[in-house]
Parts: sequence; structure tokens; C-alpha cells
Amino acid sequence: MQECIDIFNTFAGCLTASGADPGLAQFLSILLGVVLVAMGPLVIVIFLIWVERKYAARVQDRLGPNRVGPFGLLQTFADALKLITKEDITPAGADKLIYNLAPIISVVSVILIWAVVPISPLHIGADLSIGALYFVAVGSIGTLAIMMAGWSSNNKYALLGAFRVVAQLVSYEVPLVFSLLVPVMFAGTMSMQGIVEAQLGMWFIVFSPLAALIFFISTQAETGRAPFDLIEAESELVAGYNIEYSGMKFGLFFAGEFLHVFTNALIFAILFTGGWLGPFVYQVPALGIIYLFAKGSIFYLLSLHLRNTLPRIRIDQLMSFNWKFLVPVSIANLILVAFLWKVIQLIGLLPGPENASDFLAHLPAAIIMLVGNLALTVVVLQMLRNVGRRAVAANAVSTPANAELDDQPYSLPVPH
Amino acid sequence: MEFNIHSIVFLIFSVITLGGGLGTVTSRNLIHGAVYLIVSLFGVAGLFILLSAPFLAAIQVLVYIGAIAILIIFAVMLTRSMTRMTEIYNRQWSLSLVVSALLFVLLLVGIILPVWGPGTANAALQPSELVATTVDLGVAFVDGNQFVLPFEVASLLLTAAMIGAIVIARDRD
Repeated sequence: MQECIDIFNTFAGCLTASGADPGLAQFLSILLGVVLVAMGPLVIVIFLIWVERKYAARVQDRLGPNRVGPFGLLQTFADALKLITKEDITPAGADKLIYNLAPIISVVSVILIWAVVPISPLHIGADLSIGALYFVAVGSIGTLAIMMAGWSSNNKYALLGAFRVVAQLVSYEVPLVFSLLVPVMFAGTMSMQGIVEAQLGMWFIVFSPLAALIFFISTQAETGRAPFDLIEAESELVAGYNIEYSGMKFGLFFAGEFLHVFTNALIFAILFTGGWLGPFVYQVPALGIIYLFAKGSIFYLLSLHLRNTLPRIRIDQLMSFNWKFLVPVSIANLILVAFLWKVIQLIGLLPGPENASDFLAHLPAAIIMLVGNLALTVVVLQMLRNVGRRAVAANAVSTPANAELDDQPYSLPVPH
Repeated sequence: MEFNIHSIVFLIFSVITLGGGLGTVTSRNLIHGAVYLIVSLFGVAGLFILLSAPFLAAIQVLVYIGAIAILIIFAVMLTRSMTRMTEIYNRQWSLSLVVSALLFVLLLVGIILPVWGPGTANAALQPSELVATTVDLGVAFVDGNQFVLPFEVASLLLTAAMIGAIVIARDRD
């Protein structure tokens, strides 16, 4: 039987055996690995664009792409060809260097995340000991790309879009990190592979559904998708930061955004629903790829569905929703989860390493965590309800005819 | 000095760091200066990885590139005539010369002389025996015998700064 440690070492061994310098062989094999990891997402995005367009079309009672190839599958290739052959326009007064650099950084910031995505027990770009932190760090570079694009375009709409980006993305990073801390705390490691393996007995979404929900909402906002698509609100900013871009440079922003949504869905699947874990995955590691992509696709489709069915919220609602709701709730959740987790550890309900894959052994701990989370959810909902009631009452007294909604952060319909 | 992949990578990151720093102080366009600063900070993150400190590298990217550099760009965008600087020097150049000279001397005396100065030329540099992981770092921050006090003081300082910012930004009603 052929021994397989990982693709780098095997390939490097082969190269050395055929007469290459060992250092060079290792360099070439790592380069091959980097290229493989970076090319994967770029291939996937071709298919993702088709999925997204088809799904949006179905929601809007249209057919979507259906001319090029079977089910319109080759539409993206036709679009890519069109984008490449289009005239490449740089607006007058634009800062050329930054203008051309921005779309590249935008895509690269997403592709870099794939380095720490574990796609099977054996396959991961680099199992960094700080994988979760790396995900956050690299994600913050995307903000920079949008800022650069907005500023260098020499266009007021682009600049307005960029201003909104800073407000939105930097704000939503806070609940994102707080909810990311929860699975890291459960697993006791920031390594992505370690987080997946810690979910052998029980998925983390059972331990803390609230953290999972906050993470999902934050990633939706980080990718700038509806209801948080204020950074490129067509009706207000024309297209926001990428208004001046044309041809393949626009295509890069476009592809980067689509890829970011799917990447975040995969990260969600890894952090909360066990990533590549599934039946027989240790016997046939390749199955892990299927499990991971199946789980990721569910959250991806959920994200698409939200995007296509929800209206856009206002910028002040966006900020109050984050700072007055998501951030306090995520901090409260983090404290509660940390406390309960420590209690469970102290009273010895947590199964040891010998039965880490035993579902039943995790059940008592899971029930306590779940009840704690649900109690917090009930408290939060009750508080929201009170705020909403007060807002409705104040509104009814002050301006009965011309309802002014500005003072109501949570102006959702509230049952009386 | 032997040449291996390690030293070549060190060379690349050093050039990135120093080149970015040079670009920061010489560009007349403040946004370009900020972008050069990001390049320089990125080079420092690379150096941290070379020193087997991935946690510091990630924090470098997250805090300095993801937050501080964006804040700087944001501040520059809100400044008038940011791209048409006619002079490199402003009235405070003499003061900044003194400060940077002092800092240079400090670095020279504090770091470079003890390592490469006279009297240490023959003594081979011993790499530290201690191999610290991210877990060790985390434990060191909350361990009563190690750095829990500085850690908490820093947290308090940051909280105070945050409250101060909120107080300044708040509407007076």
C-alpha cells in the first residue's frame, strides 16, 4: 500500500528521487500546495455564480440563465469572456495604483481564508494553531480593499459607499469575534482541525445556538448581503464602492463577494456543525469533502434565501441593531457560556477524551448548555418586546398621523 | 552567514518592512503613505511568523492593518487637500528630528549594542530554549505568578479610553 503522509511530502520525495535539490523540491511542492488551495475556490466560484443567479431567478419567478449549455450552466464562462473583452476604463483623476490594486486585494483576502479550511481529516492548507484568529485577521483585509476602491475611484458615490463599509464591517466584526470565541472555548483550541474534531460527540450548534445565530447574522453583514447590503445600495449609491469599475476588475469584486458568502457558510459549518464529520469519514477521508460541502451548501442557500427575500434596512437601524442588540447579546452569551462550561467541567459532566465520540455522554452537558442558551434568548426577547412596546406607545402619543420611525431602533410589529 | 530559505524569506520581509517605511515618510500623497504603512506592517507580521510567533502575526494583521491602518485612512479621507501636499516638511520637523534621533539611540543602546556590540562578538548567540505556544501565551496572561497584573491594567486602560471616546462623542442634552 502506498504511504501517504501529505501531498507535499510525497511530491517532494518524488522530486528528490528524480534528482532535484531537496530544498528546491520542498519549495516546489509547497508552491504546488499553495496553488492547489488557491485555485480550488476560484473554480468553485464559477459554479456559485450560476447557483446564485438561478436561485434569485426562482425566488423572483423567473427562469434565470438557461441559454448557454444545459440549464445555463456555461453562462458564467460566457460572462467571464464578455468581462475580459470589455474596455478597461480608469476614471479621470483616479489614483491608478490603488484603483488597480483594490480588486486584487478583495479577492485575495477571501482566498486566503481557504488556507485554514479543513476539507477532510487529512486535507487542509495549513492547520495553524491560530486558525480561527487567522480567519478574522484575513477577513479584515477585505475592508481595506473596499476602502481603497471607494477612495481611489474619485467618485462621490464610491466614497460614500466606502464610508458605509467602514462603519458596517468594522462594527459587525465585534459580534463576529465574540460568537467565534464560543466554539474556540468549547474546543479549547483555535486550530480549525481541532475545532472540527472536538465536535465528534456533539455539534457546537447544540451547545450554543445563540452564538451560531449571531455568527450567521454577522457573516451576512460582513459580506454586505441583504438585508445589510448598504455598501452597494443601488437605489441610493448607484453601486457603492465599485461604481467606476468595469470589465474584469468589476468581475473580481463580484467573484470575491460570491466566494466570501460561500466561504463564510463553510466556516459556519466547520465551527458549529462539525465540518467534515460524518459517518465513515475516518475510513474514507474523501467523504469529508462531501459532508463539509453539503453542510456548507445548506447555510449558503439559507444566506441566498435571506438575500433574495428581505428588504434593506436603513443605516441607523443597521448600526443600532449591531451596537444595541448584537454586541450586548453576544457578550452576555459569551459570559453565560463560559460560566456554564466551567460549571459542567467542575461537576464532571463533560466526557473525557476516552469517549469523545460518544453522543450519549455529551447529552447532559448539551442539555444544560441548551437550557442556558434558551433562557438567555427568552430574556432577550422579553427585553426587546418591552422596548418595542414603549416605542409604539410613545409613537402613538406624539405623532399619531405622521409616524416618525427614527427613534425606534426595533420598529418591528410587536404583539400587544 | 549561510543562505537558506529562512534567510531569503527574512530578507524579503525586511525589504518589505523597510521599503514600506521609507515609502510612508517620503510620499506626498497621504493615502499612499497610509498604504505604504500597511505594506510595512505586513512585513512585520511576516517577521513575526519567521520568529515562530503566529499569534502575534495574526494580531499584527488584525489590529494594525485591520483596525489602525483603516482608522488612519479614514482620518486622512476626512482631511482637506490630502493628496496635494506641496512640501514634505512642516513646521515641526526639528522636533520630530530630535524624537527620532532619540529613538534611534535608544534602540542602538538597548538592543543592538548588547547583541552585536564590542565584547559580545565572539560569544555565540544562544537561541532561547523556551518553546512557547499560543496556549502558553494565554496561560501567561491569566496566571497569578506571571502577567495577570499588566494584562488587567492594559484592559483597564483600553476600557477607560473607550469610555472617554464615548463621552467625547456623546450629544450634550
